[in-house]
Amino acid sequence: MEFFRQTWVIAAKDLRAELRTKEAVNASLAFALVILVLFSFAFDPLEEQTREMSGGLLWIVFAFAGTLVLNRSFAREVPNDCLDALIAAPISGAALFMGKALANFVLVISVELVSLPVFGIFYNVHWTTQIWSLLLVLALGTWGLTVIGTIFSALTVNIRLRELMAPLLVYPMLIPVLMSAMQLTMQLIAGKSLGGENQVWLRLMVAFDVIFTALSLVLLETVLVG
Amino acid sequence: MSAVAAEGVWKFYGDYPALRDVILNAEPGACLALIGRNGAGKTTLLRIIGGFSRAGRGQVRIFGQDPRDIETRRRVGWIGHGIAVYDELSALENLSLFGRLYNLPDPRKSAMEWLERTGLERVKDGLVREFSRGMRQRLAVARAFLHQPSVLLLDEPFTALDDRAIAVLQRLLREALAEGRTVIMSTHQLREALELATHVALLNRGKIAFHGERTAQMVADPGWVYAHYDEA
Amino acid sequence: MREKLIYGLGAIAAVLLARNLYSIFMQLPDEASQGMIYRIIFFHVPAAITAMLCASVTCITSIVYLVTKNLKYDAISVAVTEVGLAFLAANLVTGSIWGRIIWGIWWTWDARLTSALVCWLLYAGYLMLRRAIEEPTARARISAVFNIFAFVDVPIVIFSIKWWRTQHPQPVFWGGGTIDPAMRLTALLNLAALMLLAVVLSLIRLRQEEVQREIDSLRRYAHAV
Repeated sequence: MEFFRQTWVIAAKDLRAELRTKEAVNASLAFALVILVLFSFAFDPLEEQTREMSGGLLWIVFAFAGTLVLNRSFAREVPNDCLDALIAAPISGAALFMGKALANFVLVISVELVSLPVFGIFYNVHWTTQIWSLLLVLALGTWGLTVIGTIFSALTVNIRLRELMAPLLVYPMLIPVLMSAMQLTMQLIAGKSLGGENQVWLRLMVAFDVIFTALSLVLLETVLVG
Repeated sequence: MSAVAAEGVWKFYGDYPALRDVILNAEPGACLALIGRNGAGKTTLLRIIGGFSRAGRGQVRIFGQDPRDIETRRRVGWIGHGIAVYDELSALENLSLFGRLYNLPDPRKSAMEWLERTGLERVKDGLVREFSRGMRQRLAVARAFLHQPSVLLLDEPFTALDDRAIAVLQRLLREALAEGRTVIMSTHQLREALELATHVALLNRGKIAFHGERTAQMVADPGWVYAHYDEA
Repeated sequence: MREKLIYGLGAIAAVLLARNLYSIFMQLPDEASQGMIYRIIFFHVPAAITAMLCASVTCITSIVYLVTKNLKYDAISVAVTEVGLAFLAANLVTGSIWGRIIWGIWWTWDARLTSALVCWLLYAGYLMLRRAIEEPTARARISAVFNIFAFVDVPIVIFSIKWWRTQHPQPVFWGGGTIDPAMRLTALLNLAALMLLAVVLSLIRLRQEEVQREIDSLRRYAHAV
């Protein structure tokens, strides 16, 4: 189908461009590591309490580091007026959004997957015990992060102080999905399963992801053209 | 049916009208030179025709369709102020990308063909970041022509082009016009534009002050239209 | 015409508020367990409800703007959002004061207060976004889309924080219990008063926004000539 082909062309283009320079992923990874180290000064990793809440800390790291990548999403189209070329091209706004979101997702989750073992080492946390459940939470949470980050990157592409504005607007919006991801991660690390009360968080993340993906697919064209 | 028709187009920035009741058309095979002072609204009008923004009132039709219509977008080529190619990709990668975006049957082949036609085949694998200004501009031209658009919209294309790029662009435009394609270009470079143009339109503070065929007198004296129709 | 509307509604709101204040301070008795401070509920809760109403209105006007492209709706959106933000701030401040008196702490991460704070941050973002965009048409379009996203997020935020709180119980604002009919009447009347006040303030802000737009376009005319 045309939508999937167009999505793939956009995603491949973004990934190729980013992997050639690796500017955003390197900065993001470095940032993640620095925050992990900084947190170790604020919260003593040897304390039992810290290990209990470390799942929460992890998602703050992911949110901050992820935003570095996500902001670049539409910002990278500004030099040379490449955004004009994308708007003029015969692709739907939905395909443009989905392509960029997918590329972003791959980049952000790569940074997260590298940070995870480092986190395990620094905070002496066993995150491999319920690995599949954890990966599910990682995927759902990262997709929520990605969708909001991508659409807001488009919203702020042409405005003053773009680098300051986008994070400021994004974080309050992300609170539900970050909260869910934090709770579930902490529960999984503590050995609990995804069932029972935790089901609500899971469903919340899915609802968040679905609702905002749908909204973004529909509204991207309006954001860019009007 | 006109290739491009602007029907009573107004554009507002807040309450300020940047374009006022613009009525314009270009038939297939025509080359319309859109002239006017800085701030007259040439870029604003071209961007509405190109589907980058919407008219506040009135409408634009390209072959009878809305410019944002996907099939219409396939038939339009655009050269704006920026070159609209990616610095981090090579010339070939850029053109192949646009070939795929425009759903060409063989993107790579079309890309190679246009690299040759713009004299860039030797640097096809070079990153655009490393190109000279003239090379970047020729690549922009290749990108715009790649998908054989029926309508070409060019915003001050001759500005800041080196001689070689100007020659390439003029040749390609002549060929396109001979094939029955339509060209609308805004310009300050009256001489180059008026040589190619079949029609001329003068925009003065958002209004069309003159719209008619290009005459020999205009070619001989490029300032003639301004002198006769432009208000101070 | 609108001037008269503003003065008229303002007068009604003032009378209503005066009547309520009299009732709140002079007529109603102290509450059993809380003493004097419970009276703040007559402002705390209606402020939140008024803010909610403002958010709903701006979501609708944002959608209407995107459909009609008429800048009038953009002006209403920003006016009502600012007023709603002010009422939400009033809700947060009264809640904080109440908490200080009752529990001795200025802030507690109670579900409703936390939700109110997050919603306040969301809509404060709307105002900051507007400030960063010069061109009126782009500003209207971008902030309208943002407003829709923010409004859709509000119920999700409220639900997620509520669920988080049921898992981590904390002091509750005004749990259960029945309410004296005299108090209920005053509460409803104050809600009406605050809503009227919101309308008056919105109209004033709307007028200011329209004047600003006129100044902007005059400035553009001046530059063009």
